[in-house]
Amino acid sequence: MIAFVLRRLAQSVAVMLTVALFAFLLFRFVGDPVNNMVGQDTSLQDREKLRQALGLEDPVPVQFLHFVGRALRGDFGISYQYARPVGAIIAERLPATLELSFTAAFLALALGLPLGVYTGLHRDGRAARLLLALSLVGVSLPVFLTGILLILLFSVALGWLPSFGRGDVVQLGGWATGFLTLSGIKSLILPAITLALLQATFIMRLVRAEMLEVLRTDYIKFARARGLPDRIVNLGHALKNTLVPVITITGLQLGGIIAFAVVTESVFQWPGMGFLLVQAINFADIPVMAAYLVLVSFFFVLINLIVDILYYVVDPRLRIDRSAAGAHGF
Amino acid sequence: MPAALLEVEHLRIEIPTRRGLLTAIDDVSFAIAPGEVLGVVGESGAGKSITGSAIIGLLEPPSRIAGGRILFDGRRIDDLSGEAMRRIRGKEIGAIFQDPLTSLDPLFTVGRQLEETIRTHLALDRAAARRRALALLQEVGIPAPEQRIDHYPHEFSGGMRQRVVIALALAGNPRLVIADEPTTALDVSIQAQIIQLLKRLTREHGMAVMLVTHDMGVIAETAHRVAVMYAGRLVELGPVRDVVMRPQHPYTAGLMAAIPSLGERVERLRQIEGTMPRLSEIPSGCAFHPRCPQVFARCRVERPELMPAGNATVACWLHAPSRKTAHG
Amino acid sequence: MASETAALSAGLRHRLRDSDLFRSFRRSPVTVVAAAITAILVLAALLAPLIAPHNPYDAASLNLLDARDPPAWQAGGDWSYPLGTDDQGRDMLSAILYGMRTSLGISVAAVLLAMALGIALGLLAGYAGGWIDTVIMRIADVQLSFPVILIALLVDGIARALLPHAQQDRIAPYVIVLAIASATWVQFARTVRGSTMVERAKEYVQAARVTGVHPALIAWRHVLPNAMGPVLVIATLNLAFAIQTEAALSFLGLGLPVTEPSLGTLIRVGDDFIFSGEWRWMLLYPAIALAGLALAVNMLGDWLRDALNPKLR
Repeated sequence: MIAFVLRRLAQSVAVMLTVALFAFLLFRFVGDPVNNMVGQDTSLQDREKLRQALGLEDPVPVQFLHFVGRALRGDFGISYQYARPVGAIIAERLPATLELSFTAAFLALALGLPLGVYTGLHRDGRAARLLLALSLVGVSLPVFLTGILLILLFSVALGWLPSFGRGDVVQLGGWATGFLTLSGIKSLILPAITLALLQATFIMRLVRAEMLEVLRTDYIKFARARGLPDRIVNLGHALKNTLVPVITITGLQLGGIIAFAVVTESVFQWPGMGFLLVQAINFADIPVMAAYLVLVSFFFVLINLIVDILYYVVDPRLRIDRSAAGAHGF
Repeated sequence: MPAALLEVEHLRIEIPTRRGLLTAIDDVSFAIAPGEVLGVVGESGAGKSITGSAIIGLLEPPSRIAGGRILFDGRRIDDLSGEAMRRIRGKEIGAIFQDPLTSLDPLFTVGRQLEETIRTHLALDRAAARRRALALLQEVGIPAPEQRIDHYPHEFSGGMRQRVVIALALAGNPRLVIADEPTTALDVSIQAQIIQLLKRLTREHGMAVMLVTHDMGVIAETAHRVAVMYAGRLVELGPVRDVVMRPQHPYTAGLMAAIPSLGERVERLRQIEGTMPRLSEIPSGCAFHPRCPQVFARCRVERPELMPAGNATVACWLHAPSRKTAHG
Repeated sequence: MASETAALSAGLRHRLRDSDLFRSFRRSPVTVVAAAITAILVLAALLAPLIAPHNPYDAASLNLLDARDPPAWQAGGDWSYPLGTDDQGRDMLSAILYGMRTSLGISVAAVLLAMALGIALGLLAGYAGGWIDTVIMRIADVQLSFPVILIALLVDGIARALLPHAQQDRIAPYVIVLAIASATWVQFARTVRGSTMVERAKEYVQAARVTGVHPALIAWRHVLPNAMGPVLVIATLNLAFAIQTEAALSFLGLGLPVTEPSLGTLIRVGDDFIFSGEWRWMLLYPAIALAGLALAVNMLGDWLRDALNPKLR
């Protein structure tokens, strides 16, 4: 078990370093740190001095090391657009995105998993077929359309929920949370549902497909042949076997939430990292883009790592050490 | 003659497909007495497995029973509700399938699967169920059951897995077990062991077995009577010694002749010409007639019913009463 | 040779008609409707220059006095602008038709580029093996763990940073095609690589190699036809995806500009008017058009995947 975790950790670090390299190349060679920081009339000598001070004359590998070192401390340079440290800007925006993402993830799972199991077990029922048809709509509609349609319904037509911003937030140390105010929660509802809806339909279709596969297997047939009650067959054997592959893909789907948060935040003008990224791309604000790349990669790598460990814990077939007993052939 | 435990009367199973209605089983009748081993032999696709599935009530839709009756202990079971049939499964009628690896849920320990089966059929608490599970593992010949009971299926070898499957099928003490190709997926050396195990358990528990296989050798060793199936129809049924030594149906004769014996020297293995027809293309009259070396006019037109021939019954016009000589 | 081809294609047509594919198509009324809608939309999009009442790209033809007019059946509307106008005086119907054309054009181009790239790299990786294979597959693996939209955003962002600002509007279509293709080539590459490796191990391929047949010819003649089935399925998936991604990019302002709008761009513009009464035609109609297009393509793709899936037959 330890060996497995260590191996995966090493892989994760390798991937992060690759991403960091990419971000560094972006940062250093696509953007021009100096020209963006100084005005038109700064003299050449002053630019030279600035270059020296920023370490831009050092050999590239050294610069890379410095970059990584600074990144580990949360220092990603100065934003071109805001002329403030990127790290600080991100720290301000991170809570908004994280709260939105986690709420959406929770909603997506809470909705998608049970519906997927239901439509898998009752595949020919009317409700199941209706749900399946609706899910096709859910998957086809671009996220921003869903958001806009929800705004049209709940903000414009009905006036129940706000359509932009985060509402009032409460500062808990460095973390500004919207969970503790009514306006905060009301502002969270539409964006969270928008994000969750897409992921929920993915999850539902996935769980359903897996469930149908599992229900066709020999061990389910044998379980029935042994006279086990439906509840044990469906919710014991079938469900557990369905969930194992679903874990991986769900984990990756949560990554999708982070991605689609970019669009959702723009629709609702939610002051999070996604919105920040869009503005950064518009402005060609390289430091912010590089920082976003590193941070998002970190999240993905982390999610992948957790999913792999979870998989290992849940599926006994992966614990190769013990199956040597089968090789004895007795 | 004891009352039959299982009676299948004129069973007919149909499968509606996109290309039309297929008849997988066409008017098949047989009976199994308590404690008897009935072998059901035939090529792949002859309908052996689907008969077993129908008996235990696990026909996969859209396949459905379209005619006939199945009686267990004198009561009809083919028209029972889902829940009523479930109570019979495992407790009265058990089943084991071909591939032991895919028959066991890979995510549950063997002990867990045994315990849940035991507790479904017997009102025992967990400790008692576990003791019974250990006893079952012992009975099927798993060494060191106290350790192995907490192992997962993939930690067992093929032969051991099949023993576990047998233990699971026996857990509810059924009176009839449908064994669908129980040895086909195993190594030849292991096959013999499993057959011995099945024979012993059958004797000790007084279980009846419907042993479905395409391997005539297994039948010869294990069964009391044998039923030969072809294209969804029953072509011969009789005591195993008679059918094997003196096959009355040309198809059965062909099957027996195809088995090479050790002493012989042959240039080519004997085969039956042609192949078994697909369900969508069953010939008129006798389904075997296009391949039969003794075919005559009536065979092509009229489907033969089962008629007596020596100690067996056979569906072949060669044995029609009007054609019989004084010696049968 | 020509008569052989003719005979072959006649046989193919017969097989197609009787095939399960066609039958399953005819049986599902939903799919037929979806196909019809797609066909109508595609046709309308292709014929946009012919059937649109106005040319929304022609700045000179725009009349600011006609801006923000409602659709023809409402008060203040005018049948020369059947669905109303936007804030620049552009006719909404024409804008939607041209927008569909742009959306479809970009998406199809992106899928074709991704397919070409993916097939080429897949063949290379599968056939050459060794370190080429490892490198390509490593890149693919890393890319696969990121959502497509992020990669597209990244490529888009880098392109914008690298290109001179003045050119951006003109180059935007190419940048987007490149961005989407660079995010979606991976699935094609993987499938083709798999097929290549399977075929490569087969004896007739080894025989061909021994007799000196050029690998490219082997790839073209033998490997590709075998891989085309799954490739087509992936292509339909990708098309639906490309439409959504392009729309999202345009909506964010990072896609097609207002001067040559796609449906996403139109929606972005319309979104500004969401709190005025004009959202109905400036926002809702392009939104419906996009939704219809995305849904129809998705349904067709779904049906195609089910029909080609041997396990469900």
